[in-house]
Amino acid sequence: MNGRKARWLWLLVIPFIATLVPPIYARSTPAIFGFPFFYWYQIAWIVLSALIVGIVYVARRSSEHE
Amino acid sequence: MNSASIIFVVLVLGVAVLGFIAARWGGANLRSLDEWALGGRKFGTIVSWFLIGGDLYTAYTFIAVPALAFGAGALAFFAVPYTAIAYPLAFLIMARFWIVAKRRGYITTADFVHDRFGSRLLELAVALTGVLATMPYIALQLIGIQVVVERSGIAPNHSSAIALLLIAFALLAAYTFTSGLRAPALIAFVKDTLIYMTVIVAIILIPHALGGWAHIFSSAQSALAAKPKPGAVILPRNLYFAYSSLAFTSALALFIYPHSITSVLSARSAGVIRRNCALLPLYSVLLALIALLGYCALAAGITVKNPNYAIPDLFVRFFPSWFSGVAFAAIAIGALVPAAIMGIGAANLFASNILQSFKVRQTRPPIETPIARTLALFALAGGLAIALFIAPQYAIDFQLLGGTWIVQIFPAVILGLYRRWFHHRALLIGWACGMASGTWMAASANFASVFPLHIGGGMLVGYIAFYALVVNILMSVLFTILFDALRVSRGVDLTTASDYS
Repeated sequence: MNGRKARWLWLLVIPFIATLVPPIYARSTPAIFGFPFFYWYQIAWIVLSALIVGIVYVARRSSEHE
Repeated sequence: MNSASIIFVVLVLGVAVLGFIAARWGGANLRSLDEWALGGRKFGTIVSWFLIGGDLYTAYTFIAVPALAFGAGALAFFAVPYTAIAYPLAFLIMARFWIVAKRRGYITTADFVHDRFGSRLLELAVALTGVLATMPYIALQLIGIQVVVERSGIAPNHSSAIALLLIAFALLAAYTFTSGLRAPALIAFVKDTLIYMTVIVAIILIPHALGGWAHIFSSAQSALAAKPKPGAVILPRNLYFAYSSLAFTSALALFIYPHSITSVLSARSAGVIRRNCALLPLYSVLLALIALLGYCALAAGITVKNPNYAIPDLFVRFFPSWFSGVAFAAIAIGALVPAAIMGIGAANLFASNILQSFKVRQTRPPIETPIARTLALFALAGGLAIALFIAPQYAIDFQLLGGTWIVQIFPAVILGLYRRWFHHRALLIGWACGMASGTWMAASANFASVFPLHIGGGMLVGYIAFYALVVNILMSVLFTILFDALRVSRGVDLTTASDYS
């Protein structure tokens, strides 16, 4: 694996930091559609985490010239 | 029979028929173990999406996670960060595992460990752990089926519910024996469609009837605060570490369960795995919504003796009868899919690692398929025995213990995928210490999943599996240094660098 490809993998660390540190999100405000922050923030991270995986997948594939 | 029971029976019998038809899918020669156990390793992105999703999100997801939200509040939501990090992790490790498994014809984690570390004992330890962790998991699926059979009104009493469970079990065992992995792969399409339908309808209908989400959260908060062991909707400070360690360790464990490995290895390419790591999280959104149904049950004032009945009762209250039938069938079929794959995964470990571990290994002999088929029946029957003869509450305890056990193979399997730094005997000692300390902590915490660790004057409540894994890794490191210093001989690595890329 070359350096340029490997660098993209560091993006995968972001979801770990964002979701494994409860002090960031264990509160009720701001609420959206009645959902306390604690809930919509974590649900949003399911989607963001999937997007990050998608970005890493595409970036690595294009640097492989498949 | 009411309309719920009729729809339930028709759907469940329908998928059983599908299970038998699956044997003809792709005109396979099911005498080959690769074909029976892994569907010939040729499922593309879409089939794999349905299969892996249908495999990972089990009766535990549909029954136990909302039950935990219903009973304990915010802690249950750990399942959300858990699945948010499981896929980035799997993107890294499972594609690599798929590649080495394909190159060298592995069907289990223990196959890999045997070749990587040249140790039969370590192979055996990994295989036994997998089987041990899977049986109670199969039992939970069957208990999930029993819960919906009882609640759907199809069984007037407990003994007829058991009789129906036995019929469902016989069908499950028969089509798994006949069709192998193709059966759950085909049924997964039905499962996933029904589950998505149920959750979408539930999430539109129920909150509307209950006066909106803001009201649901505030009534759930009051209901949780009034419990004998008060809970809260927002995670309290003293549970931060329990929450993170539950999410983190569960994510490490998710993909090394035998049933996850089985469905991952059935993919056509490593790219199928990588793509699915970006596509499968759609299920996790579903999981989050299902967890919130636990709060809906609180807001609706549902009272049950066993929190596992909270969601079925919520459905009965808010759905028209015929749609309760669809919802219950979704949960029952949702349990049948992973149960079949678990049976196959455990059978693979039995056939290729436990029975074979003291024989000379050659290229996989075709004789293993009949053995694996029969062993799948035994694995499923083991799960049935746990479901029938051990009280459901204890079966769930076993499942939690299973999570603590399975993660003990992480150092050998996943760290071993990248480095061969550990000495195989040190890994064995680390594994034994992790298993023993995890089991001890679970027993002394009365089979709660979290354990209060006293450090200095303070107390840190964390997931038992996490603490046991730390013990495991520390011992593996210490003994590796010791054995290398003493020049204890290492096993031979049969894999080469080119097997991994």
